[in-house]
Formats: sequence, C-alpha cells, structure tokens
Amino acid sequence: MRYLLLAFAFTVLLAVVSLFVGVSDVSLTGLLAGGAEGRAMEVFVISRVPRTLALVLAGASMAIAGLVMQMVVRNRFVEPSTTGTTESATLGFLVVTLFAPGWPLMAKMAVAAVFALGGTALFLRILRVVPLRDVLLVPLVGIMLGGIIGALTAFIAYRANLMASLLAWNMGDFSGVIRGRYELLWIGLVCGAMAYIAADRFTVAGMGRDFTTNLGLNYQRVMVLGLAIVSVVSAVVLVSIGSIPFLGLIVPNVVSLIVGDNMRRTVPWVALGGAGMVLACDIVGRLIRFPYEIPISVVMGVVGSAIFLYLLLRTPRAAT
Amino acid sequence: MSGQSLAEAPARAFSRPAIVLLVLLALALVSTGLFMTLGAKGSWSFVLSFRGKKLLSLVLVAYSVAVSTVLFQTVTNNRILTPSIMGFDALYVLLKTAVVFFLGIGALVAIDSQLQFLIEVVAMAGFSILLFRWLFLGEERSLHLLVLVGIVFGIFFRSLSQLMQRMLDPGAFNVLQDTLFASFATTDPTLLGISTLVVVLASAYGFRMMHTYDVLSLGRAQAINLGVDYRRTVMTILVLVAVLVSVSTALVGPVTFFGLLVATLAHSLVGNSRHRYVLPAAVLLAIICLVGGQTLLERVFAFDTALSIIIEFLGGIVFIALVLRRSAR
Repeated sequence: MRYLLLAFAFTVLLAVVSLFVGVSDVSLTGLLAGGAEGRAMEVFVISRVPRTLALVLAGASMAIAGLVMQMVVRNRFVEPSTTGTTESATLGFLVVTLFAPGWPLMAKMAVAAVFALGGTALFLRILRVVPLRDVLLVPLVGIMLGGIIGALTAFIAYRANLMASLLAWNMGDFSGVIRGRYELLWIGLVCGAMAYIAADRFTVAGMGRDFTTNLGLNYQRVMVLGLAIVSVVSAVVLVSIGSIPFLGLIVPNVVSLIVGDNMRRTVPWVALGGAGMVLACDIVGRLIRFPYEIPISVVMGVVGSAIFLYLLLRTPRAAT
Repeated sequence: MSGQSLAEAPARAFSRPAIVLLVLLALALVSTGLFMTLGAKGSWSFVLSFRGKKLLSLVLVAYSVAVSTVLFQTVTNNRILTPSIMGFDALYVLLKTAVVFFLGIGALVAIDSQLQFLIEVVAMAGFSILLFRWLFLGEERSLHLLVLVGIVFGIFFRSLSQLMQRMLDPGAFNVLQDTLFASFATTDPTLLGISTLVVVLASAYGFRMMHTYDVLSLGRAQAINLGVDYRRTVMTILVLVAVLVSVSTALVGPVTFFGLLVATLAHSLVGNSRHRYVLPAAVLLAIICLVGGQTLLERVFAFDTALSIIIEFLGGIVFIALVLRRSAR
C-alpha cells in the first residue's frame, strides 16, 4: 500500500511536469501574475490541462484494457494491438468516415467500437480452433489477423484516397488535444472503473472456463463484459488520440512480475503505470526535439519495445 | 529433377516433389510470359527491355525473399520465424536512416550508390550475426521467447528509425524517403546490376553447401554429431541471409509476411523437407506471387502500387488457414 502511494505521488509529479512543459512558456508565477485573463492561463486551461488529462486517461485505460485482454484470452502476450482489435476499430472508423462523414464523433466512435468488438470476437473464434495452451500461436495469430484487417483497411483507404487520414489515425499523437477534443476519453475511465469492480470475476475467468463455471460464475457473460471493455477503450483512444503501441502489453506484464496476478490488486498499479508511462513518453516527445514534437506512438514504440526486450532477456529462464 | 540420389528407392519416374516443382515451374513461366507480353502496344524492343528490367527486379526480390526465409528457418530450426519477422529488413531501414541522421544527407548523395550498397550489406551481415549469436548460440531458449523477442526487435528497429526520421529536417527526410520506399511498381533500376551480381555470387557460394542444409535442419545437436562445423556453417548461412535480405529490402522495401507465406506454402506443397526441393519450390512460388500478382493487378484490374498490400492480406489468411488446419488434425 505504501508503495502504491509512492507510485501515485510519482505519477502526480509527472502530470505536474506535463502541465508546465511546452513551447509556450507557462510557469507558476506567470499563472498567478496573469490572473484568470492572462495568456498563460489561457494556454494552461485550453491546452495543457486537457492534454495532461488526456494522457492520464488514455494511458490508464489502455493499460487496463491490456490487462483485461490478457485475463480473458488467458495469454500474457496479447493486447488490443496484437489481437486485431485496434485494426478493426480503425477499419470501423474508416468505414463510417467514408459512408457517414457527417455523424458526430460519438457515433463514429460507437461504430468503431462495434467493429473492434467484431474483430476481437473473430479472433477468439479462430482461437477456439487453435489449442490455447500454445502460448506462441495466440499472439502470432492475432498479429496475423491484425495484418489482414490492416491490409484490408489500407486497401479501402488507398482506393478512397484516405491514406493520409489512415496514417494519422495509426500515429498516436497528443499534440492535437485541446479543450473539447478529448472528453470522449472519460468513457475510458468509466470502463477502467468497471474493470476494477469486476476484477475478481476476471481473475476467476483467467483460470479457465471449467473453473469459472465450477465457482458459479457465468463464464460467457464475464467474457462478453471483458471484450466490451477492451473494444470500447480501444475505439475511444483510437478516435481521440490514435493508436499507442505496446502500452497494454508491457505495463501489465511488468506489474505482474512485481505484484502478481490477482487482478483486484493489480488494477490500481496497472492504471498508475499506464498513466505514468504515457506521461513520461509524451514529455520526452515534447522535449527531445524542442520546439517541435515527436508523436507519442513513436516514442512509445522505442521505449516500450526496449523495456520489453530488457525484461525478456534479463532473466531468460524466468521469462519463459 | 528427381532420382539423382541413391537414397531414393521408389522407381517411379516422378516423385511428388518433382511433380510439384514441374507444375510450379510451368505456372512461373506462364506468369512471366504474361507479364512480358500482355497488353503490350508499340515497339517490341522497347516494351521488352522496359518490362525486362521490372521483371528482373521482381524475380530478384522473389528469389532473395524465398531463399533467405527458407535458410533462416533451417538455421533457427523452426517454421515460424522469418528474417522479416525478426526485424532484419527493419534493421536495414534503420541502418540507412542512421547514416543520414549521424552523417547528414550529404553522405547518402556523395558516396557512389553501389559502394554504399556493399557497405550496407556488410554492416547488415555484421549486425545480424551479433544479434543471432546473442539470441541463438547461447543457452537454449524457448521458441516462444524467440518469436516474441524477434517481433519486439522488429518493432524496436522500426520505431527507432521513425524517431530518427522525425528528427531530420524535411529536405533530408524526403531524400531518405525516396531511397527507402520504392514499391513493386517502381523498383530502382540503378541497383539492378549490383543486386544481380551480389545475388549470383551469394547463391554460387550457398549452392556448394546444399547438402549441409538438410543436416542442419535436424537440429543443433544432431548436426554437430554428424560432423558439421556448426558455428562456422551457421555464420556463413547468416551472412548469406543478410545479403539476400539487404537486396530485397533495397529493391522494394520491407514486406513482412511474404517470406513466411512462400516458405510455409513450399513446405506444405512439397511435403518433404529436403532443401533440394523446398528451395526451388519456394523461389518459384515467390515468382508466381510477385510476377503473376503484378500482372494481374496492372493489366486486369488496372491498379498500380497495391501489390504489397494484397500480399500481406493473402499471406495472413493463408497462414491462419494453415495453422488452423494443422491444429485441427
């Protein structure tokens, strides 16, 4: 518990740093001196606060989505981007952009979420034929499925001259976040809270169908709830930020190395870890090529894969 | 093609691998013929030389991808890892980006492109041997770990080159982009000569080791037991793989699942793991896919640059189908 508080304090510290890092100079004294009308305050309220909130919300909810996915599929190496979920959401977003460009963002997000759900269900349907015990095949099949759906999406986008939009969606980036353009992410927070409430169920479901039924739980219903959470979170983050690779994979894995697999205990850790990770990566992306910005998916790709490699290869025996 | 060896007891004129190879050869010839002639208007000498260059580069790519994948799978003793899944072609992109990033765009323009290519191939080979030694020659690691590490390495290389590309100035970025991302429709003709030479040399060297491949595919312990100098042979093969991957990536850029598609299909069609059959089958399949696919797209559907998208699509589907069929048994 004490460590959890420490982690919380660290995340808050990162969030505060995020509030004061950027091209336009915003400092505490500037905020106080300028008052409610000053330019610093304006930048602060319209850009910095929403951006920091978006970072925290997206990071926490994506990490939790990864954790839920791992419990539901019962495989350590899955997350929304290794199961075709993110790609399906992208396809849905593309389809709705093509056929109903006038719909409000909320409706587009809903369509993306439905597609994400469909893609994930397809993935699970395929998995039922593959022996689940083979840890290797599950993420591999998922990545393949993601590749297929991605190719289909690219093909449609290519024919419809939407390649540029597709690239933008695939590239997670917080620099466009201002007030009024991130609020959908609160839905992610709601999903995260639901995952926390249902945490015990997911822990039980993670032990298998027979075991779950034996304990008197409706396995099917837990699965559907888990998949719905994962799909909605993926769609929300995709629509408002773009895809953030690796987050859902490394954060829960690192946490489970330290804290274990009881989801009730790990959810707060995973949420904090996700938020902290995204905050740190975004701050780095803002500073490394100052005054220009590097999108978070690029920073996250480098940092995330490096950390993961380190974890995998540090203790070869423990990792297998 | 069949019956050279005493070990082959059946007296039938054509064994299954031989029939498969003949059919594939016929298909490859048909698609090449169609590629060269279909829809041609005007002067034949122009059409033939223009399309000949494109055909040559497609065939080179097909050959390099197929051979490098099959050999890599032999060395690593599995059917799922391929050089591109392990991130070898991403490594090539990373090397090229790093040159521009650290030495400036001048370096890319000033050095003769053929010399540059050779240097890149050497660097690739060096890097991939280091990577391989670290991953495969130490203690025994599980295949699961290797695949995962491979995929993550690929993403790491790709992200790192993206990061560097983001930090370049736009002019330099454009030049780099041009040298990196050719597609199947617009392969770079200046590299053709040197690529052909490199591929022919590598193949001549690799051909002499043909018998060793079969021994290697029995696994490390068996191979050592049967008198193969394991370390040296594996290193040599890896250099060959690195050379071939560089050639294909330099010509068309990274294509992730193509090698896997071709190698898996070749293995399952031939039904025999002898490299004498599998290697040519994979090469022919690759040629059919690339040349036939390009013809179909250009002449029949009038698309131009979407072939790589379609290959990824089909590659993924075929792979999942194969996995499902195998596990359903």
